[in-house]
Formats: sequence, C-alpha cells, structure tokens
Amino acid sequence: MTAAPIDTGFKGSAARNAAARARLLRGLLPALSLALVLLAIAWLNPRAISYFGFNLMLNLAIPIALATIAQMFVIAGNELDLSIGTFVGFVGCVTATWLKEAPLIGVLILLGSIGVYALLGALIHLRNLPSIVVTLGMSFVWQGLAILVLPKPGGKAPDWLLAIMSLKPPFVPFPIIAALLIGLVVHFGLMRTSYGTILRGSGGNPAALRRAGWSLLWTKVALFSLTGLFGVLSGMALIGITTSADANIGNGYTLLSIAGVILGGGEFVGGRVSPIGAVIGALTLALAASPLLTFMHIPPDWQVAANGAILIIVLAARVLISRKER
Amino acid sequence: MASLKALVTKPWIWSFVGALLVWLVTIAFTGGYGAGGMVTAALSLAVFTVIVGVGQMFVITLGPGNVDLSLPANIGLASAVAMKVMGGSDSMIVVGLLAALACGAAIGAINYLLIWALRIPPIIATLSASFIIQSVDISFGRGLQIKPPPGFADFTNWQIFGVPVLAMLTVLFTIGAAIALRRMIYGRSVLAIGQNIRAAWLAGVNVGRVRFLTYTLSGALGGIDGALLAGYFRGANVDIGNEYLLASIAVVVIGGTSVAGGKANVPGVWGAALFLVLLLTMLNTFGVSAGVRLLLTGLIIVGVITAAGGEKAVR
Repeated sequence: MTAAPIDTGFKGSAARNAAARARLLRGLLPALSLALVLLAIAWLNPRAISYFGFNLMLNLAIPIALATIAQMFVIAGNELDLSIGTFVGFVGCVTATWLKEAPLIGVLILLGSIGVYALLGALIHLRNLPSIVVTLGMSFVWQGLAILVLPKPGGKAPDWLLAIMSLKPPFVPFPIIAALLIGLVVHFGLMRTSYGTILRGSGGNPAALRRAGWSLLWTKVALFSLTGLFGVLSGMALIGITTSADANIGNGYTLLSIAGVILGGGEFVGGRVSPIGAVIGALTLALAASPLLTFMHIPPDWQVAANGAILIIVLAARVLISRKER
Repeated sequence: MASLKALVTKPWIWSFVGALLVWLVTIAFTGGYGAGGMVTAALSLAVFTVIVGVGQMFVITLGPGNVDLSLPANIGLASAVAMKVMGGSDSMIVVGLLAALACGAAIGAINYLLIWALRIPPIIATLSASFIIQSVDISFGRGLQIKPPPGFADFTNWQIFGVPVLAMLTVLFTIGAAIALRRMIYGRSVLAIGQNIRAAWLAGVNVGRVRFLTYTLSGALGGIDGALLAGYFRGANVDIGNEYLLASIAVVVIGGTSVAGGKANVPGVWGAALFLVLLLTMLNTFGVSAGVRLLLTGLIIVGVITAAGGEKAVR
C-alpha cells in the first residue's frame, strides 16, 4: 500500500496493445478459472461431465449465485453485507413455514424483510455508519428471527417452489440455464441501463454523482433493496433444493458470496463489479468446494480450504496480469 | 462541571455507562441477588474479548478496509495447538502458551504477506486465510480430547477477592497497549497511517513494517486468546473462537475507536467488552429464548452504533 508509481502517460503502440491484451486477459480470468476447474473435473471423472452430472454438481450453485449477486450490489456501493448468510437462512425458514402454510403472510414477511434492507441502506447513509458493523449486528437479528420462526430444523418447501427447482429442461441442465439467466438479467440491469450506471457511479465517484444532482440516499436504498431482493431469491432457491429448512442453513453464504464477487473480477471500492463474473465466481466456488475435492479423494475437511486456495490463486494471477497492464 | 463535560465528550465513557446501566437493570430484576458474582463472571469473560479486541483495534486503526477476519479461525487453531503441546501436563504450560503465541503470530504474518504480495484488501486476504486455517484446524483438531493441564485451568479461573487474576493481568496489558499507542513510535505510526497513509509514508514512517507488525500482533493476541479460552472452558474446540469475529469488531467500534482509522481508544475496549458480556448475562437472567437473545443482541448493537454515529464511512 505504498504510493503507486505515477503513470507517465505516453506509451508506444506496442505497449498499449500489451496493456489491452492484459486487460482482456484480466476480464477473462473468472471464465478461465471456471474452465480450469471444469477441465480438472473432466479429467478426474469424465462421467461427471453430463446432463445428470451437472445437475447434481451445480444444484447448490443457484442459491450461491443469487447470494453472490446480492452481495455484489452492496459492494458496488462500496459497502459490505456481513449478514447475507443469516438473512438467507431467515428467508429459508420463512419459506419452509409461512410461505407454505399461509402464502399471503409469507409474501408479506419477505417483502417486509426487503423493506428492512432498504431502511438499513438509508440508515447507513444518513448516519454515515460503517456497513460492516451494522450488518454484523443485523446478522444476529436475522439469526434470532430465523430461530424464532423455526426453532427446530424442519418445515417444508412450497410445492410450486419444489417444482421450479427440479425442472428438467431438454439438453441443458437447469442450473446452467438459471445461472445464465441470472447473470444476463443483472448484467443488463446494472451495466446497460442508465440507472444501473448511476448505481455503480455511487460507488465509483459519489461526490461527482451528488454534484450532478443525484440523491446518494436513494442510490444506497436502491442497492440495499436489491441485495434484500436477491437474498430472498437465494433463500427461496435454497429451500427449493433442500426441501426443508434450518436456522443455520445459510451461515456459510456470507463468506462464499464475498469470495464469489471478488473471484468474478469485482473490486472492493470504486463500483467496479461484474454480474456475469460474479455468477461465474459462484459456480467456480460451488464446483471447486465439493465435487472437485471428492473426485480428488480429498477429505471434506479441506473443502473450506479449497475455497481459500482458489481465491488466493486467482488473486495472485490477477496481480501478475495487472503488472503487465502498466 | 467542566470536568464532567470533558468526561462526557470522551468517546469511551458511553460504553462504561452502558455496561453500568445493563448491570443495574439486571440486579434490579434479581432484587440485588448475585450482583457481585455477576461482575466477577463478566470480568472473566470480558478478558477474552478485550485481548482480541485490542489486536483488532490496532488493525482497524490502520485505516479504511483494514480488519482481521481470521481471528475466529486463528483462535480455534491456537486453542488446539496449545492443548496438544501442553498435553495435559503442568510442566508444559509455558511451552504451550508460546506455541499458541507463535501459531497466532505466524497466521498474522501470513495475513500481511497475502495483503502485501497480492495487493488485495485486508478483508479478502484475512478471509481467504481464515478459510485455510479453518480447514487446518478441522483436520488437526479432529477428535482432540485433551484437557488442559490442571494448573493452567486453575490459573485461568483463579480469583483473588472475587477479582479474576486474568482480568488484572489483562488490565496491565491494556495499560501497556495504551502506552504503546500514545507514547511509543509504533503506536504513533499506526495512528499516522490510519489518518493518511500517503502523508505517513512521505513523513518517513516505514508503512510496510508497521502494518506487518500490526497484523502479526493481532494474530499473536488471537493465538494467546485461543490458549486461554481452551484453559477456561477446559478443552480446545474448532468453534471456540466463532463469536469473537463480531465481538472483536463490535468492542472496538462501541468503544469509540474510529472505523475510518487513525483514532483509537483502549479504555473503550474494556467498557464495550463488559457491556456486551453483561448484556448477554442480562438477557439470560430474563430467561429469554435463544432466538430472542440473538435478536436483541443484534438490535442493541445496531442501536448503539446508530446512536454513536459515524464520522466517515469505513470504505
């Protein structure tokens, strides 16, 4: 973190081409890491690369991808949500109880929880609070609520949700279609619409945005609401797969989602995020954590370590590429 | 009046006021029963939060984005290392403590190595490190059923006139930390880096070395904490450090240290740690269920942070 050398500006065209190549490589890094993990799986167990195999391996990737997208929205606004994991757990508990037994109340609770996220965004902006601490506190709130809603593991997913999550479309496995859909929808919304640009701008240069007449309060509220929305989707998708809930079911998602955003090429500050990258990052983590290790006959003890190692390797690769970029 | 006003403006005073308030409410509820015992218990438990809180405080003071997320994993691994090295025999206590210290310091050093070599935000570096440490701990500490040596377990529970000896030692340690922060070049450098890293660098502060020392210190304190926790709770455990992620950050912030860096507060760490422990005691005394307890803890933390307000966003 010492002072960065100042770019002198003028460069030859060869150097500029090299820089462009490095930038392209950097943009492709998330896809490359996913391809690498897939190749490793294909090499270790060719049978896994099939319709059925992908369905099985990528099943849990959908909720992880949704949670990663949720985390990406707050990161785009230079904040961090350390409560997304317990929030996903809370949503899961509501989905497996209220949403099945009294759908109307269930929907109201879930909408209300998105409203809480919107309020948090407003609170963090108005009182200038550190989002890390506020969301860390909120993680207790969600976990407490989850335990109150569902004191013991159980409940049952609504049938329509089970039906959606066990769709078997022809040729392409459902998780892959879902991942593509999530990535493209969010990519269009955040990267291609004008308000999406404003939202990213609120992380990139808040002062400029304010001077241009935009309300930073509303951008923050919008970003946090979107996080709440995708958190709700993630919790529902998770329960659609596991069929029943547990108050601790989403706890691991906080760290996974942050790792996914960073793996996908997101930066912590400056509104530099990539929705498609985030989805790819989530898929990479989902594949590397469990199927790859199982095929390599590595005990499940090291699953978490695999996530850490991938994160470090990809970040190291990024540093090597960035060095060329200069 | 003037001195009272000066006291009120001190950021750390509120954490002590909060702790006192929670204590009073609880003894009002019990009708005065167990008032002293509660203080003793709060002191013994607060010690563990204070030790990691001080480490986290130095890290957070380095500036926006600096935070050690690897503390829980670090504590878990160090508790296992300490118990294994001590092997239940009194003669190995010092060696075990040193091993835990070295284990923690090594984790801290690795954290900084990742930050420095990969030029990544400390949150991600300590996060990736904690993933790996957690796995090492699960693999290393599996089925570890070693009890702490009786002498060590007694030491961590030792009280003189109702005051835990560990708490007294920790008070001495925090006084030392306060002196280091206010009067020593190291502490001044940490504050300078937190206020403006570029200015500190231009002023000749060895930024790299100070940051390295700070992360190593935080790691080492996590290691010692793990060993002490294993002594106090009679055994190592993978999950023994889990609650210290929130606790270490919360005590720093509630205690009046600026999350934006450059402004630290040692007494506040004690006040906030006592506040958090007494809060839990209060909710337990009220006999609320686990769900309500978590809910209220979270709401109170968010409420306290909101009331305290922030001067500058953390990131």
